[in-house]
Amino acid sequence: MSGGIAGRLLAKEHGALRPALEESAWVRRTLIGLTLIIMGVLLVVPLAVVFVTAFSKGIDAYFHALIDPETMNAVQLTLLTAGIAVPLNLAFGLAAAWLISKYDFPGKSLLITLIDLPFSVSPVIAGLIFVLLFGARGWFHPLLAAWDLKIIFAVPGIVLATTFISFPLVAREVLAVMQAQGSDEEEAALTLGASGWQIFRRITLPKIKWGVLYGAILCNARSMGEFGAVSVVSGHVRGETNTMPLHVEILYGEYQFAAAFAVASLLALLAVFTLILKHWVEWRARQRLRGDEPVVTATSQSAALAPSVQRVSI
Amino acid sequence: MSVKVRQVTKRFGLRGEVVGVNDVDFEAPEHAITSLLGPSGSGKSTLLRIVAGLEVPDSGSVQIAGVDVTRIAVRRREVGFVFQNYALFRHMTVAENVAFGLSVRKAAQSAIKERVAELLNLVQLGGYERRFPDQLSGGQRQRVALARAMATNPRVLLLDEPFGALDTRVRVELREWLHRLHEKTQVTTLLVTHDQEEALELSEHVVLLRNGRVEQSGSPTELYENPANGFVASFLGGAKILKGSVERGRASFAEQSLSTSVDLADGAVVEAFVRPHDIGIEKIVGPATVGQVATVSRLVRVGSFVKLSIALPDGDSISVQMPRRECDERGLREGDRVRLDLRDVKVAPPMDYVI
Amino acid sequence: MSNRVFFKRGVLPGFGLSLGYTVLYLGLLVLLPLSALIFRAFGLGFREFIEVATDPRAVASYRLSFGAAFFAALANAVFGVLIAWVLTRYDFPGRRIADALVDLPFALPTAVAGIALTAVYSPNGWLGAPLTALGLKVVFTPLGIFMALMFIGVPFVVRTVQPVLEEIDPSVEEAAAVLGAGRLETFVRVILPTLMPAVLTGFALAFARGIGEYGSVVFISGNMPMKTEISPLLIVTKLEQYDYPGATAIACVLLGASFLMLFVINLLQRWSRRFA
Repeated sequence: MSGGIAGRLLAKEHGALRPALEESAWVRRTLIGLTLIIMGVLLVVPLAVVFVTAFSKGIDAYFHALIDPETMNAVQLTLLTAGIAVPLNLAFGLAAAWLISKYDFPGKSLLITLIDLPFSVSPVIAGLIFVLLFGARGWFHPLLAAWDLKIIFAVPGIVLATTFISFPLVAREVLAVMQAQGSDEEEAALTLGASGWQIFRRITLPKIKWGVLYGAILCNARSMGEFGAVSVVSGHVRGETNTMPLHVEILYGEYQFAAAFAVASLLALLAVFTLILKHWVEWRARQRLRGDEPVVTATSQSAALAPSVQRVSI
Repeated sequence: MSVKVRQVTKRFGLRGEVVGVNDVDFEAPEHAITSLLGPSGSGKSTLLRIVAGLEVPDSGSVQIAGVDVTRIAVRRREVGFVFQNYALFRHMTVAENVAFGLSVRKAAQSAIKERVAELLNLVQLGGYERRFPDQLSGGQRQRVALARAMATNPRVLLLDEPFGALDTRVRVELREWLHRLHEKTQVTTLLVTHDQEEALELSEHVVLLRNGRVEQSGSPTELYENPANGFVASFLGGAKILKGSVERGRASFAEQSLSTSVDLADGAVVEAFVRPHDIGIEKIVGPATVGQVATVSRLVRVGSFVKLSIALPDGDSISVQMPRRECDERGLREGDRVRLDLRDVKVAPPMDYVI
Repeated sequence: MSNRVFFKRGVLPGFGLSLGYTVLYLGLLVLLPLSALIFRAFGLGFREFIEVATDPRAVASYRLSFGAAFFAALANAVFGVLIAWVLTRYDFPGRRIADALVDLPFALPTAVAGIALTAVYSPNGWLGAPLTALGLKVVFTPLGIFMALMFIGVPFVVRTVQPVLEEIDPSVEEAAAVLGAGRLETFVRVILPTLMPAVLTGFALAFARGIGEYGSVVFISGNMPMKTEISPLLIVTKLEQYDYPGATAIACVLLGASFLMLFVINLLQRWSRRFA
């Protein structure tokens, strides 16, 4: 079976043609209603509140909050961070996925565990470990002081922490896709005399491009939205080492609720946009689905979305 | 408990463009095994599922033991159903699987245990109570599925290509085994199969379907010996259809290389359904005298008989089958010129059909 | 030569490069920082480590973090099955949107979730008002933490259960129906057991995430030591006080729990493959 994406609503079709699989109408409606209520309360209400509160002082105040120089700084820093973290993690993700899916070697499981690691640790711990390395009492502090380099409480620290937190997303997604697709085509290219780079560029990349895009979308969302880890390593210095999420926290702490939610609304829009993009990629992938050729696999769908410790099967 | 299907029609597709079953009428006699036979797409599985209640027909009715069950939900029809891929509950043991129907009816534990043991012995899997489906072979799983279906003493047993997913050898074994089982239980059974050999061997009544319609129904012998049309003839027994004409009491085909005596007027156009073993071969020694001759283009020994491919003078070819001994006696070889005689062949005016 | 063949299996070129880059990246980004943590922890000395890690304030935070995460994951397990079922089996206007919405907690930055949830459940908030009228205070109580973790955990069970539901063979359900089982009985006796491994996996994932969750919880919890202070916050507080040993010790406890969960989840997944 081609998996989750192509298999959706199968039961519904079956239900229409297969009465044994149908619940009575009122059971169905009750369940649907219950689900909508639960999802509404848990998910929609918080999302709605962001926008409603953002505009609670009027449109002028809203835009005022956004144009504020500190906010703009925060936006800049967020974009910069993501701009560095995402490409770095893309490169890593491709390399790691290639390595794990195409070869067998001792220590492979350990490698996979390490890749899964940032998913399983609290973001605060992610920040902590970098403080332990580069902070005031950190290992490398003397070295840094000598060169007058600041990592913690400065931009590099933020970039580092963000990169750490989000790197598994691309790797696991691309890995899942590569594993599901197998290496037959690459090996065929090899027998035809192609070099490693040629194989990668002309055979593998086109095959995995939706998985890569998917992973990049997730990685970007995470990079821009990370709070816990960044909170630990930044110095909360306004206008300098604040990303958007941190700025939201500061505004909120100062009881500037409307402003806080205004900035938050930008992030919420990013989230909605991410969801739409994600859905679109899945839809496109479904269109290209040719029977047994997975493009964005069901495994990766559930695995990648969980900032989780779900192992991709070897 | 006989099963009567009356004018059942079922269409599929968004606009009903795919016809699954079209105005099908048949009766499955009590205590007998009735085969629903046909090529894929003939509607036989759909028909079986309609009898079970797993599909609802667009029109028509289904009666079980004289009662109209068309509107009755599947779980109340008291039929047993065996799926092609077994559909065993993989998280339950063999015993739990078999007991399921009884536990749904809230039967007493002791009664359940007894019945499960009884059934497992019946299907020759006594002692397998605690095994899980993934520990069993295909043939064993199918037997468990059968035991499960029979546990509730269903009025009708419905088998949907039960041996389709199995190896040939296992299939043949299970076929025989099913026959013996049926002798013991005497449950009215509907068997869906695309294998004509299976149908002929197992059933007392055969319903042959094509494209959702019944082509012919009757006993296996009847269908075999008196096929209603070319399709039936070729599906059961692999008959070849030849067209020819009558001249002086003989109908001849393929430019007179085959002929047989008939009691029809001169000039009549006829058709013959010829089965490979209904053809007599005679080697022609010396120059050909009457009519044109055919040539043995290929000769293959398959086990205890020989298959000969004969090239006919009109460009067509025909398959002849004979016991090896006979072939050796006549000294037939590839390349020989032969004359063919049609014995025991149904010759009739052509009927309209399309294969 | 034979050594090389033994070490790596696979004929495609690029092994060296990909291995080198991957190891370098992981080494710098993961191993190095982690080892710093481990060494710090060891540097503490065993007794001092235990003292700090089991300090009453720390223990209170463990109880809160683990407890809230557990119950939230439990609730999500139940709701998750319901949501997954409805999204997979039924069609209704807006189904696609609902399906995409399930991933919202993943896509939404935790800080945004944090302040939004606080606003929603505060005494004059949209949901907080009726709840407060009923006598239930949500913000600044463990209940608030529970609600926040519930929000975070929604996608976990849903997304692990959905693929399994989609792959269920309809003929198994039909077999149950022919044998006389009604839909509810079929669900409980035939479908649910098949889903169990996925549900448990989702539960474990949600639980693991809940333990370490920070951004969405700190706003609604109120952060009163011994009462509503979650473990990750305690770590941050200690860091701000330059109490590196303290922070390290507690981090190690959480890390240990994470690894344990990782292990459990792995086992669960291996078990679930048996039913695949």
